[in-house]
Amino acid sequence: MTTYRTYQRRGPVQWFRQTGWRHIVGLIMSAIAVFPLLYVLSTSLAKSGTLTGSNQLFASITFDNYVKLFNDPGRPFFRWWCNTLIVSSVTSAASVFLCAMAAYAFSRLRFAGRRVGLGTLVITQMFPQFLGVISIFLLLGAIGDAVPWLGLNTLPGLIAVYLGGALGVNTYLMYGYFNTIPREIDEAAKIDGAGHARIFFTIILRLVAPILVVIGMLVYIGVAGEFVIASVVLSDTQIQTAPVGLYNMISMFRNDNWGVFCAGAVLTALPVMALFLYTQKYIVTGLFAGSGK
Amino acid sequence: MAIKIVSMAVVDGLGVFLVLAFSASGQPILAVVSVAILIGVNIVYFRRGGLPAKYLVPGLIFLAIFQLFVIGFTVFVSFTNYGFGHNLDKPAAEQQLLTNSVTRVPGSAAYPVSVLSKQSTLYLLATSPSGDALLGSATQPLAPAPDATFDAGKAVSVPGYQTLTLRDLLAQQKAVTNLAVPLSGDVNDGVLKTADGRRAYVYKSSLVFSADGDSVTDSSTGTVYTDNGEGNFEAPDGTKLVPGWKANVGFSNYVTALGSTGQGDIIGVIAWTFVFAFFSVLLSFTLGTFLALVFNDPRMRGRRIYRLVMILPYAFPIFLSGLVWSGMLNTQFGFVNQVLFGGDAIPWLTNPQLARVSTVLVSVWFGFPYFFLVSTGALQAIPEDIQQAAIVDGASPWRLFRHINLPLLLVATSPLLIAAFAYSFNDFSTIFMLTGGGPSNPSSPINAGATDILITVVYKLAFVGGSKDYGLASAFSAIIFMIVSVISIVLFRRTKSLEEIY
Repeated sequence: MTTYRTYQRRGPVQWFRQTGWRHIVGLIMSAIAVFPLLYVLSTSLAKSGTLTGSNQLFASITFDNYVKLFNDPGRPFFRWWCNTLIVSSVTSAASVFLCAMAAYAFSRLRFAGRRVGLGTLVITQMFPQFLGVISIFLLLGAIGDAVPWLGLNTLPGLIAVYLGGALGVNTYLMYGYFNTIPREIDEAAKIDGAGHARIFFTIILRLVAPILVVIGMLVYIGVAGEFVIASVVLSDTQIQTAPVGLYNMISMFRNDNWGVFCAGAVLTALPVMALFLYTQKYIVTGLFAGSGK
Repeated sequence: MAIKIVSMAVVDGLGVFLVLAFSASGQPILAVVSVAILIGVNIVYFRRGGLPAKYLVPGLIFLAIFQLFVIGFTVFVSFTNYGFGHNLDKPAAEQQLLTNSVTRVPGSAAYPVSVLSKQSTLYLLATSPSGDALLGSATQPLAPAPDATFDAGKAVSVPGYQTLTLRDLLAQQKAVTNLAVPLSGDVNDGVLKTADGRRAYVYKSSLVFSADGDSVTDSSTGTVYTDNGEGNFEAPDGTKLVPGWKANVGFSNYVTALGSTGQGDIIGVIAWTFVFAFFSVLLSFTLGTFLALVFNDPRMRGRRIYRLVMILPYAFPIFLSGLVWSGMLNTQFGFVNQVLFGGDAIPWLTNPQLARVSTVLVSVWFGFPYFFLVSTGALQAIPEDIQQAAIVDGASPWRLFRHINLPLLLVATSPLLIAAFAYSFNDFSTIFMLTGGGPSNPSSPINAGATDILITVVYKLAFVGGSKDYGLASAFSAIIFMIVSVISIVLFRRTKSLEEIY
């Protein structure tokens, strides 16, 4: 925004009135924003593993907590971390695929109920899946009686549940992006004799790759931090995801496990935060594509 | 085409497997649903035309099962008494009552037995006093087994079943001693139980069931328990026999949920849920927008760095931020009290009022970066000529904001504000991780603590603690569902009118 004129020379008073106070606000807010994160990092590296001993930031730097984290068979953090990776990646990839097919239909094909369908998908976002968590529990229990690998305490069961939320507001975001790809491309391919499947898989999917990546990351981030459904479906320690495992680890003995918990928190948060920071600029554009503008 | 045939073959194979597995394990409803889906999918992909369905069906199947069905089924469960002590159907519950209350019939004959197994189900092969072989399991009453082989007058094996060796018996000792095989189809005849896997005795329950199944008499005390219509046999004095069975209880869960009033009742929880969601969104939006305005000055240096640092809380997984803040706000040991307040014992999370403030503040810490991002985007999208025109007309910065930027900002962000409100309304993670819904309130009829919102009450009723009451918890889910529906309708209507005005 260039509504203000840029002055070449400013005195300190003028500087403060125009931009200096903004730096003060920025510094205060940055401190508030980043402090808890520094605290977690410091605690994970501290020598003492208790809550009390974590109040001096970066007083000592050791990896004791990390070593402890990986060497307790009673709470297999490495397995939790891998389980989270598996569930999030598979759910993310499958969701993107299901979502892209639906977005293609909404964007390129004309059929009865198209607009209503699209609106309904956006509204389903208001009703999170975990409102039905009791039914999910009972349903997976029943499925598991017949097909053990798809029931409670299984990763495929949990992934299947998450895929129930694949279509939704994400479909709407993708739909917006699909619409920006000129239809002439489809038509040219059609004239060349390509069928709908060839157009979709070999032409459209390549052109919309950026939004596929963004939605995939959004789904990944969402699933990697999901607690309610995961905690109900996965009760067996060996098969849990990191949110469930870390919560159980800390809910009983908060003071004693604090350092080890913080080490787990750092390792759990790192991939998610990296993904987030990488995608954040697309997230804003995505949000606005979906805001009906 | 080849890919299509292969993938359909895989899908059909999986479908047929599921159908068979469901029918084999006695899940007729799941089997029928699988058959319907299987047929539907094949029709969609093998008929000509109907192109939209080919692209929509895969996602819609998952949506239908794991979103629409589960919410609908939750409403169904809310009219039942499903939960701890009510997990069985009525015949199974009667059987369980009997098995739990049996004692050995004094002076009854010993039956020589062998323990058999088939598909991991245990069977008793008994030799009756008259020398006949009888076979039965926990669910199948004893019946003659004419093809049994005998060894020294004792029936030892039946073709198709595996006879357990002494080692097997030891390995499954508990399952064997718990095994109770009904003597006949009439539950009052008693059961056969064995302690050592060799000899079994007739055990009879002191409970005698009436022929119509509507009442049961405890023959040792003479108390008559009658079916109370809510899944239990109940004595005149109100004692219930446990376990009960699954039964429809009509609106009884809703009466429980809405009926009892007082401190910590459902009205209080709903009110707090609204207050929490409203203030979380309002304060996050205000702070985020304020910061967006502050950093929207091109003369300022280092804006990128400030932005990057300030969105970090939003990137931190929300369940972790709740847990980390709960440690930092700990009254005795936490960083906030120990370092920032010099050792004070401020009860951030243990005083009801202060705990509520803390939950809102933590959710603002998590939520303001989102609105900072959103408002920054929206501000930059506001056309410059409008603002230039206002400045030329002599508008002060405040008027510029109040009459130009804010209205345009609200139009652009109102759908997101609604979505954020709906999100905060069900913000399980912040509440559950930070306070666990506490501090607890002993007088609450639904065990709701001071910071419990509706969704955490659902979770706690159904999955935390001993009394897992799925019926009551589902009633709460259904109430959330209704409230959110009303909010969506009202807010989306208002948004439309808002857009028309500006």
